[in-house]
Formats: sequence, C-alpha cells, structure tokens
Amino acid sequence: MAQDGIGASTKRREDYRFLKGIGKYTDDINQPNQTYCYFLRSPVAHAKIGKVDLSVAKSAPGVVAIFTAADLEAVGGVPCGWLITGKNAQPMKEPKHPILAAGKVRHVGDPVVAVIAESLNAAKNAADLVSIDYQELPAIIDMRTAQTKGGEPVHTEATDNMCFDWEFGDKAATDAAFAKAAHVTKIDLVNQRLVANAMEPRAAVGVYEIGTDEHTLFTTSQNPHVIRLLMGAFVLSIPEHKLRVVAPDVGGGFGSKIFHYAEEAFVTWAAKKVGRPIKWTAERSESFVSDAHGRDHVTHAELAIDANGKMLALRCDTFANMGAYLSTFAPVVPTWLHGTLLAGQYAYPAIYVNVKAMFTNTVPVDAYRGAGRPEATYIIERIVSKAARELKLDQAEFRRMNFIRKDQFPYQTPVALVYDVGDYEASMQAALKLGDYAGFPARKAASAAKGMMRGIGVCSYIEACGIAPSSLVGALGARAGLYEAATVRVNPTGSVSVMTGSHSHGQGHETTFAQVVASKLGIPAENVNIIHGDTDKIPFGMGTYGSRSLAVGGSAIVGALNKIIDKGKKIAAHLLEASEGDIEFKDGAYTVKGTDKKKTFGEIALTAYVPHKYPIDTVEPGLEETSFYDPKNFTYPAGTYICEVEIDPRTGTTVITSFVAADDFGNIINPMIVEGQVHGGLVQGIGQAMLEGAIYNDKGQLVTGSYMDYCMPRADDVPSFKVVTTVTPCTHNPLGVKGCGEAGAIGSTPAVINAICDALDIDNIEMPATPERVWRAAHAKTMKAAE
Amino acid sequence: MPKIAMTVNGKQVSADVPANTLLVEFLRKDLMLTGTHVGCDTSQCGACVVHVNGHAIKSCTTLAVQANGASVMTIEGLAPGADLHTVQAAFKEAHALQCGYCTPGMVMAVVDMLKNNPKPTETQIRHGLSGNICRCTGYHNIVKAVQIASGQAVTA
Amino acid sequence: MYAFDYVRPASLADAVKALGASEENRPLAGGQTLIPTMKQRLAMPATLIDLAGIAELKGVRRDGNAIVIGAMTTHADVAGNADVKAAIPALAALAGGIGDPHVRNSGTIGGSVANNDPAADYPAAVLALNATIITTTREIPADSYFTGMFKTALQPGELIKAIRFPIGAKAAYSKFEQRASRYALVGVFVAHTGAGVRVAVTGSGAGGVFRSAPLEAALAKGFSVDALKGAVVPSTGLLSDIHGSAEYRASVIPVIAERAVAAAR
Repeated sequence: MAQDGIGASTKRREDYRFLKGIGKYTDDINQPNQTYCYFLRSPVAHAKIGKVDLSVAKSAPGVVAIFTAADLEAVGGVPCGWLITGKNAQPMKEPKHPILAAGKVRHVGDPVVAVIAESLNAAKNAADLVSIDYQELPAIIDMRTAQTKGGEPVHTEATDNMCFDWEFGDKAATDAAFAKAAHVTKIDLVNQRLVANAMEPRAAVGVYEIGTDEHTLFTTSQNPHVIRLLMGAFVLSIPEHKLRVVAPDVGGGFGSKIFHYAEEAFVTWAAKKVGRPIKWTAERSESFVSDAHGRDHVTHAELAIDANGKMLALRCDTFANMGAYLSTFAPVVPTWLHGTLLAGQYAYPAIYVNVKAMFTNTVPVDAYRGAGRPEATYIIERIVSKAARELKLDQAEFRRMNFIRKDQFPYQTPVALVYDVGDYEASMQAALKLGDYAGFPARKAASAAKGMMRGIGVCSYIEACGIAPSSLVGALGARAGLYEAATVRVNPTGSVSVMTGSHSHGQGHETTFAQVVASKLGIPAENVNIIHGDTDKIPFGMGTYGSRSLAVGGSAIVGALNKIIDKGKKIAAHLLEASEGDIEFKDGAYTVKGTDKKKTFGEIALTAYVPHKYPIDTVEPGLEETSFYDPKNFTYPAGTYICEVEIDPRTGTTVITSFVAADDFGNIINPMIVEGQVHGGLVQGIGQAMLEGAIYNDKGQLVTGSYMDYCMPRADDVPSFKVVTTVTPCTHNPLGVKGCGEAGAIGSTPAVINAICDALDIDNIEMPATPERVWRAAHAKTMKAAE
Repeated sequence: MPKIAMTVNGKQVSADVPANTLLVEFLRKDLMLTGTHVGCDTSQCGACVVHVNGHAIKSCTTLAVQANGASVMTIEGLAPGADLHTVQAAFKEAHALQCGYCTPGMVMAVVDMLKNNPKPTETQIRHGLSGNICRCTGYHNIVKAVQIASGQAVTA
Repeated sequence: MYAFDYVRPASLADAVKALGASEENRPLAGGQTLIPTMKQRLAMPATLIDLAGIAELKGVRRDGNAIVIGAMTTHADVAGNADVKAAIPALAALAGGIGDPHVRNSGTIGGSVANNDPAADYPAAVLALNATIITTTREIPADSYFTGMFKTALQPGELIKAIRFPIGAKAAYSKFEQRASRYALVGVFVAHTGAGVRVAVTGSGAGGVFRSAPLEAALAKGFSVDALKGAVVPSTGLLSDIHGSAEYRASVIPVIAERAVAAAR
C-alpha cells in the first residue's frame, strides 16, 4: 500500500485552509465595483400581484437598479431536470417557474422585486419603499386535501393541484399476495418536511466582462456544470463558452445546493444589465423560505406476511409535496429514488407503490440527504418493526428470516433494481454484537427500576448510490446523462493535477481522490493535486449528490489513470527497447518482465514532455488523459443500525444511550473520512427523528423559520457513536466502492423511532418525537394501565 | 459616522464605520478577515465567534462600535504564520471538520472553553459546544478533538 | 439594520440625559436581544446609548446580607463570581446556564431583567429570591416589578443600576429547555427562607414569569420533594406554542420544581 494511498486514514489536506480561516467561500469573494442585491420576497403564501410601485424606491440613496418580472420577460423560467410520466402515460404538469414572481406569488419567500444597490443596507432601505398590492388568495398547504380543496389552484396548469399520479410495481401480484396473507400489518406515516440548513447560506456573485462578452457566476453549488447547463441553456440563453460557473469552497450542501435557483440566474443576468458585479448572500431567515426543503411525504403502507413470518408483499400509497414550483430534481425523489428502493433488504416478491405529487403554497421540496431512500427506508423499517411487534417476533430475528441471502446476489428486486452484491447477515451480526443486543433486557430492567422506560430499535437499510447509468436514467425521464468526467494531467516533472467533475463541499475529495491516484500511480499523494468546482478548469461534470463522487467520479479518475498508464507503457517500451506487451507497471515504475530494466513514472512523464528519444510516429507527446465514466448499475450500500433510548415518562425527555452502525460501503479509501460521513449522517437522521421539522400554519407562514424554532441538533443533543464496516466490494466499478454519504441519514431515523416505540410499547409516534409527543404517548399508556 | 479603533490579531486598526455595522461585517468587509463566518441571523449558530478582550462572543450580535478600544482575536490570529494552534491541530487530527464553515467559530469557542476548563468531561464538552452548530460532523469528532487538545486522548 | 446614532456615555447621569433626549432612544446593554431585533428591522432606535462605558454599573459586591449585582455585569461574570457562588450558589448556577457560553460573555443581568422575556432565566431568580431592582430613580421590589410579558414597572428614561439579592435562602433553579432556542420551556426557581417559600416559574406563563401558588402551598408544608407529590399546576394562563402546549407545561412544572427542590442548598 502506498503511504497515504487507498485504505489509509490520511489527514485531510483541505483542513489547513479551513482551520486557518483562509478558505474561500462564495461570500468571501469580492469584485471591484461590486453591488449588492436584495430580494423583496412575498410575505404571503398565495396572492395575485396587483400594482407594484417602485417610484419612491428607485430614487432612494445608493440604488443602482430595481427589477421585477416585467423586466425578465425574455428570460426563461427555472427548469426542472426530470420528467415523470404518471398513470396512463400522463406526463407530469410542469408549470413555469419564473425568476421573479410574475402575476402571482405562490409561497412565502417567493422573490418579487430585486433591488441592486451600493450596499446591502441601501438595498434593504430601498426595498422598504417598494409598495406591492397583494390580493390574497386562500393558501393550499395540506397536500392531502390539495386535490379537493377547491378555490384557485397553485397553478392554472394543474387545476387539481396534482403534478403527477405515478405508480410502479406489479399491482396484480401484490393484490394476490395480500389475498393469501396470514397477517397484514398497516401503518400511516408522516415523513415530515425538513430544511437542509447547510451552515453556509446560499450566495451568488455575478460578473460580466463586456470586453469578452463573458459571464462568470460564483455560486454555492454542488455541481457547477449542471448549473452552467441549466442556466445557460434554459434560462439565460448563454452558450457554454461564454459562461463560467465557479463553485469555490462550499459550506455543506446535503442536497440543497444541487438545484439551480432563481437568485443565481438573476445575478448573472443583472450583472450584464447594470454593468457591474452583483453579490447576493442569503440571510438564514431567507434560506428558510428560499432553499428547497426536503422529505414531506405522507404514506399509508401495508405489509403482507404468511403464517411462517415470511414477508410476501408491500403496498404503499404516498402523497409527496412538491411545494409551489418544481425544483430541479423534485419529481424523481418520490418516484424513482423511492419506489425502486421499497424492497429494502428483504426477499418479498411483490411490491406496488402509488405516489401522488401535489403542488402547494409552500417552498419547493427536493432532494435532501438521502433523497427518496430515507422515505422508502422509513416505510419499510417502521412497518417491519410494527409487524414484528404484532407477531410477537424479535425485531432483529424477523428481519434476518426475511433477508435476501448472501447466495442470492445478483438479486433482481420486484422494483427494477438489481442488487449486485451484499451480506446483510454480516452487518446485522456486527451491529447486534456492537450494540450488545443480547444484554438489552437487563438494561431495560435497570431503567425500569429507576422509573425510566428503555427501548431498542433496529433498522436494516439499503440504498442506491452512484447515480447512475445514463441509458437507464434517460429512460426514466432524466434530462441529462449521469456519468462523470475526469482529466489526469501528468506534469513534466511527474506531479499530477486531476480535474474532476465531482465537487467537494465537506467530503474531503482533495484528500481521498489523491489517495486513489497515489495508489494507482505509485507516487506520493503529496505530488497530486485535485482541482474541482470551476467549469473553466475541469472538462465536464455532473457533480456531487447521491453518494456518487467516488463510485462515479472516482471511477472516471481511474479510467483516466489507466489511459495514462497505458500510454506510459508505450513510451517505456520505446525507451527500454522492449515490446509493449512485456512492460509491466507497478509501484510507480515500468519494468520489462523478467528483467531489471526499469523506468520510473517520473522519467516517463519527463520523456513525454521532452520527447527527444520517443516513439513520435505512433505516440503523441504530453501525458494528459480524460475519461468519462458511465456507471453500469447503481451501487447498494446497506447495513444495520441499532439505537437504544431511555425515556423519562414524566417529561418525555428521550436520551439516546447507545447508537451503533454497521455499514457495508464496499471498499474504503479513507476510513477516517468514511466514519466522519457516517457520524454526520446519523445526527441528521436523529435530528429528523427527534428534533427537526418545518411547520406551516394554514395561512402558509413557516412557523419554524429560524433556529429559534427549527431545532438543529447540537452537541449536547446526541451521543458519541460506535461505527464499524463490513465489506462486500461493489462488483461493477473499478474501485469496488459503493458510497457512504447518505447512509447515516437514511438508516438512523427509523432506528430511533423504532427504539422510542419499543420503549413506550406503542405502534407509532409522529416525528419529530418531541418531549411533548413522547410524554403524551407515555401518559396515555399510564392512563390506560390505570384503567 | 463613528470612528473606531481596536486591536485585531495584535494589529492596531481604525476606521470610520456606520454605527449599524456589526463587528462581523467590519472584520469581513473592512478588514477582509473572511475566516469569521455568518451562519444565522438569530445569534444561534456560533459561526461568527471571535474573542473580544479574551472572551468568546458572537460577532454577529455585537456592533463594531461596541468593540471600540477592545482587543479582538479572530481565527486568522489564533496561531502565528503557518502554525496551527493546539486546538486547530487537534481538529485536523480528529477529523473534526468537514465543510469547514462552522470551523473557525467552533475552534474559537473551544479555545475559550479550555481556557476556563482545561480538562472538561465529555458532558462538559458537549454543553460547552452548545453555542455552535455544525451540520456535517455530528459532533462526534469535535468532542474527540477537544479531548485531544486538552490532553485527554492520545490520538483520534 | 436601520441607521442610528451611537453614544457611549461614561456616567450614569450622561446616560439618563441621553436617554431622555428622545423617546426614540434606546439603552444598549449586552445587546443579545436588542441587536438581533434591530437586525430584523423590528426596532429602529434614533440613538443607541451603550451603557458599557459606565463603570458603576459593572461588578458584584456584597452589601451586608445581600449581593448587589451591577446591571451591566455579564452572565459569565455572575456565574464565575466567588461571592455569588458562596452566598447564592443557585444564582451563579442559573447565570452559568443562560443561553450558551458566548451569549453569557455578552449578555447582562440588567438587560435580561429589563427585557423580561417570558422565557428568560433571570426573572425567575429575581422573583423567587425576592430581589430588589435598583433603578436610577427608586428601588422596586420584585413582586411589583414584572408586569407582563416583555413588560416591567420601569418608566421611560429609567435605567436599572443594580439588582440586590438577599442572602440566606436555600435555593435552586432547574430548567427544561426548548431545544431549538435553548430558552426555558419550563424554568423553576425555588427559594426557602425563614419567611417562607417562593417558587417562580419562567418560560411558561402567558404573562411572563410568575409565582406558583400551588407549588408554594405544597412546599410550605415542608420543603421537600415529597411535599410536591400530588401538587397540580393549572394550565390556565400558561403559554401554548409549537414547543409545548399549556397542558404539557403544566404537567412538567412540578417535575422541574422537584428537581430544583432536590438541588436546593
């Protein structure tokens, strides 16, 4: 193993700049002659926009320009990147999403007027002087009644507020399985709305160079090329060669920075209009009403089980809230990223799922850490635990007897996916051991003696990462390919620059990708530089989401490295006067098989750039290769999590006393970073289970619009964790890796709720399981016992 | 417009700033010390924590004029030149940061915490971090970093 | 933030004068509530009068059988003050649990008591310990100081100079936090003296901090956890919000009171 190569817990090279406070985030970027933008946003959820009076505001001190929808008529709307086709081949309704609200506002926070001024304060002062006549309409907030509520719909294109009605799976086979079931477990679940809350609020700086007619956008994005494509082609009609998008250091994404947002298109457009750079940075309260939210599903699910405890079929009806407009990937989240995951780790042969996606007067909903898979996992792992409870079976044992066995891979699920590899029993056993599952009854008794209620919850999750084969996603409605690109540039003195389409916003790619290169080329990792986040520097890229960076982006790097190694063989064969077939590359050197004749990688690199003695007739000088990698399948990380809680029934206070995670991520490049990804995911999932929730009132006001009311997990809300990994390498990518970014968030939520339900001996509890909700459940239990 | 003068990271600075300038705005915009971040607007997240006269405070909830005459230290001034402070080094050792956005405030908070309590227990560490929100790490490795920085754990 | 003028007077007299110059002027203590409010453009003072330059408003002194805390003393300074820790440990502990460490380094007792946030901690201590609010014009007993949510007996132009806490109570404060804001959802301060028992509840009252008659009555029979068994706090007059219904708060108050009694010393 190369030092700091694959498998080493190399310390991160990006840490130095972050620790010294010299990282470069978007808001740290300032341009000469810069102006500031403030968006005046709708204070109401649903209204017709009457007269907009800008006259006073325009003459306010420091104002540069003020724009409304009327100025943007020639500009396209924010596009949606995925077309879902519903029942009866009905395409989804896809209403226009204007950059600034036109005619109507559709959610609190919808931008209506953009003020550009010499300072942010001047822009805000001017915005105070704008008068807008809102003719309020009844707000459509509850997606369950949106179809029948009547009144003015959110969009005239969808008079019943339905975006699509989608179904998947074999309904007849599912119905047949239920007909013969010995037991049917039913559950109603709310997967509440969440706010991603990356700690860096979104920001955008638009710059226009009149001399070259070039636009530059600095933006907080997980995928700058995707933004260039969507904004350039669909919104502003700027060709790629005139549009540069830079996503510098980005302070967390969790999905919310995948999407193309109106604000970044606006500053790019307006920078040309006003002839000066424009900066916009969201304040947190603005982020709450303008960043795409996550989850927000309401589901009824049923599980059919035979007399021997074998699961036979799963059926689900889900409402999915799209919010007021279709965000970039919103339609795929409750459909292909959710319906296809409903087999979980289990061998039940029939699945049917129906999803009704609704428009409401709320902030758009899109992918949030896990995107569809947490929703699927929550359904499966809650209903499985409820079934175990009803059948009086041990929750771990009931899972094990229904697992897809190790010898069944590759396994064709009833919902299209083919799991390539896995060993669910192995991760289950690891978790049971680490969590001392066997010792739980004694711990429960000890808690009971103190008047406390202890519970244990198991969750065996699967997810699909490394999205995904382009031909497959194209068939499913994606409007882009989902490959990844990389260029490996070997510099003349043997150092290596890698340009990757993956984007790091906390994942540590600069470290892990360098480890991959170091191992493959047999050179020190310190000789490798990873460059990302700038469309002018990197060949192309679909970006980072769905835990795809290593599985897809890393594979592209490996593809380029293989080309480099092969070209080096040709050069080495020439220098060593051997045939190419006799050249071997190992540990950073080319050798002639069976001899001690050898050229180091550095010598070959130098020769490629100083081709004096060189096979110039057949090999070009230089050593730089690009590879595009299109995955053959998703990858399927899976694992088992066990959560143990102790509840004080008098206050409902719930403390996680132990949380263990056993994950199978395939091969691992940097164990330290993988563990860190799991820890972070676990806390986001625990946050959903116990603390977080975006709440709208009937008027469409976001009641939890700041950290005073939206409960972010803090250090004293969570425990330390025990995490281990088991390994079954992915069979279809060159590194054998699966992805680790989202598992923690996917698997932890059901584990916590299962533990709480176990402690309280109840069937279900709404999330977040706040002290009051837990207290109510405990209280109801006590009252019932007293009867 | 008030004229203010203060010591920032050991250097004397002075400027005319509007009274409604926050300390964090003064640091980021006037002094170009962009290591101090803003993560919220309700004084909850702690990304903006700096030291004023040796105490950790939220620079988004402090006016620049309030710091007139004070000694301010930001993340940029914590360790000289290319060095890492013990706490910074421990954060790297323990992988206590991911996106890095909350990190400067977190580090400044921990430096203050350890000044007041050199050997905190895990519970004390977690309570001591309650004014700083991190969305990436799940806090596990931040706790570890504090333990390392306080000499209570040998390695990560 | 809207534009405003800023002054930092060196004496109390100058501060009172500056404050009296316009009804639109506001005093600035630690700023932990006022500055966020101004950032949201919910307050628009003409002149902000920063009290930080007034030496006499800072610090803790023992005055006979009382601890007198200057209005501009930070929570951290109260929490760490040796005299407070020795004489009224419950008060030091309360101050050490307000907000978070950074808030405690800026926020002041005077600011907190003048603001009378219904979920603030200090009002519970002031009320339960039967403290006296010493202002620029008079002394106000705790029982007539808190007049409602965000309301006090302070008159326009009147500033808190200090708060005098009598020594000698067996006391403790226990807090059940609203997890998002970390303000008190239920905070109970119990104080037992020769004159009787006072129980102040914060975080829960629709009218701000209040004394709980049923808990005081229960504890009057004996200052013990057992004495609280069966004590019922009515939910009428309690706050109901997304973080806790009135019914829930009413149920939790006696539990938190028990914890305070158990911790009292």
